[in-house]
Amino acid sequence: MRVIYYLWLRQLTRFTRSKSRIIGSVGQPLLFLLALGYGLGSVYKKAGDGNYLQFLVPGIMVQTALFAAMFFGAMIIFDRQFGFLKETMVAPVSRLKIMLGGALGGATTATMQGALVLFISFFLGFRPYNWAMVPIAVLILFYLAVAIACFSSGIGSVVQDMQGFQAINQFLVFPLYFLSGALYPLDNVPTWLRIVAEVNPISYSVDAMRWALINQTKFGITRDLIVMTITLIVCVVFGAQRFRRIEA
Amino acid sequence: MIELKNVVKKFGSFTAVDAISLEVKKGERFALLGPNGAGKSTTIKMLTTLLRPTSGSLLLNGHNVVKEQAAARKSFGIVFQDPSVDTEMTAYENMKLHAVLYGVPKTQLADRIKELLELVELWDRKDSLVRTFSGGMKRRLEIARGLLHHPKLLFLDEPTLGLDAQTRNLLWEYVQKLSREQNMTIFFTTHYLEEAEANASRIAFIDHGKIIAIGTSKELEKRTDSKTLEEAYLKMTGTKIRDEKVDKHNSRKEILRSRAMR
Repeated sequence: MRVIYYLWLRQLTRFTRSKSRIIGSVGQPLLFLLALGYGLGSVYKKAGDGNYLQFLVPGIMVQTALFAAMFFGAMIIFDRQFGFLKETMVAPVSRLKIMLGGALGGATTATMQGALVLFISFFLGFRPYNWAMVPIAVLILFYLAVAIACFSSGIGSVVQDMQGFQAINQFLVFPLYFLSGALYPLDNVPTWLRIVAEVNPISYSVDAMRWALINQTKFGITRDLIVMTITLIVCVVFGAQRFRRIEA
Repeated sequence: MIELKNVVKKFGSFTAVDAISLEVKKGERFALLGPNGAGKSTTIKMLTTLLRPTSGSLLLNGHNVVKEQAAARKSFGIVFQDPSVDTEMTAYENMKLHAVLYGVPKTQLADRIKELLELVELWDRKDSLVRTFSGGMKRRLEIARGLLHHPKLLFLDEPTLGLDAQTRNLLWEYVQKLSREQNMTIFFTTHYLEEAEANASRIAFIDHGKIIAIGTSKELEKRTDSKTLEEAYLKMTGTKIRDEKVDKHNSRKEILRSRAMR
């Protein structure tokens, strides 16, 4: 446990020391929030769906945590390049613990970033339907972030350089996000898009976040949590398997 | 303490380590010497579980490094050839994390970190980010960290690379002391032959992935009719300069690339 704690702490320490990372991590989601929230707000209203900002904020929180948690995989690549990875690879500690410590740290910082975006959105006029549900929303976000951080450590173990890692982000994570219903309702979309969204695990996190924050759900919270749990298990197994096999 | 039998490591069709067999007894200070790209680091990486051998068996303290990784890892400490400290953390944080990874008891932790950081004269910089350190300071921190958990077996992969004479002396004095007082086994590589001569109880020359000679410094000199170890070394390995074929980070890719260019 001590090992997991200190590796978790390392992620947190490094995050809080890097002001640019904190600003950078929140910058992009905020841009989405402002540009889409205000840009498409009126169209959304005319379509008869109400306040777009309300609808958008849970999705943008998922976006923030998703990409922030993916960053943990990039940390593994940096650690490999700067040599620190070797230090942990030869330590007499199971690789599972090493990965979990780091991934939990990465997930914690990712959740903090998502929560920060939520906090800022209050000033933009976002209101949760029930303030007591805000901590639950943050927990759901953390649940997703752990899965993604484990997934990204698997990717970071396989891919040797940042270019390769960016390619995974571009061709896998971005599409998963854009096709998840984070930015638009899935009610009146073409059938193919609906099917893609339904097999996309990110859709269920977005749906669970909406359930918690604006009391809207398409799949139902039970189904959301089941899918999120399966995703988590698959990601932990994938991450642990790949991480265990790293050679340096 | 260390036992290698017919160990082979291939990267693609390139054989970095070619059927090495050797044995190092408890308490020995063993030096593995050879030109760049001879297979020294690859051997150490296999011994320290960072690379899996293509074939052959490696035992550390009686544990098979492939099958009993965790047990093998418990027995050794290592100072790597290239940097492996986290530059975005302080010197103290690096030491602390290492102590935790190696299960140094809480009661001894603070004292040991202080003792070692004082030894390498970094105690007054313990709270500075490693990023702000000079190359020599980082190296000293790595050495202090490698010694922190008092391993039974210590690997030093070119530990004095880029260090000034003062720090080199300090390091070898401390290593000698550990070896004497705790009967610690030392396995090291270096390009400074006088270091091997002064500090190793037994020396092996490795070239093109093969052990070409093994014995004490005196024996090796006698065998080649040389006055110094350096002379013996040059007689056996030749004077031609080698290209390092195995890159530290990306060994496989590097090999493929260098092959493609040929």
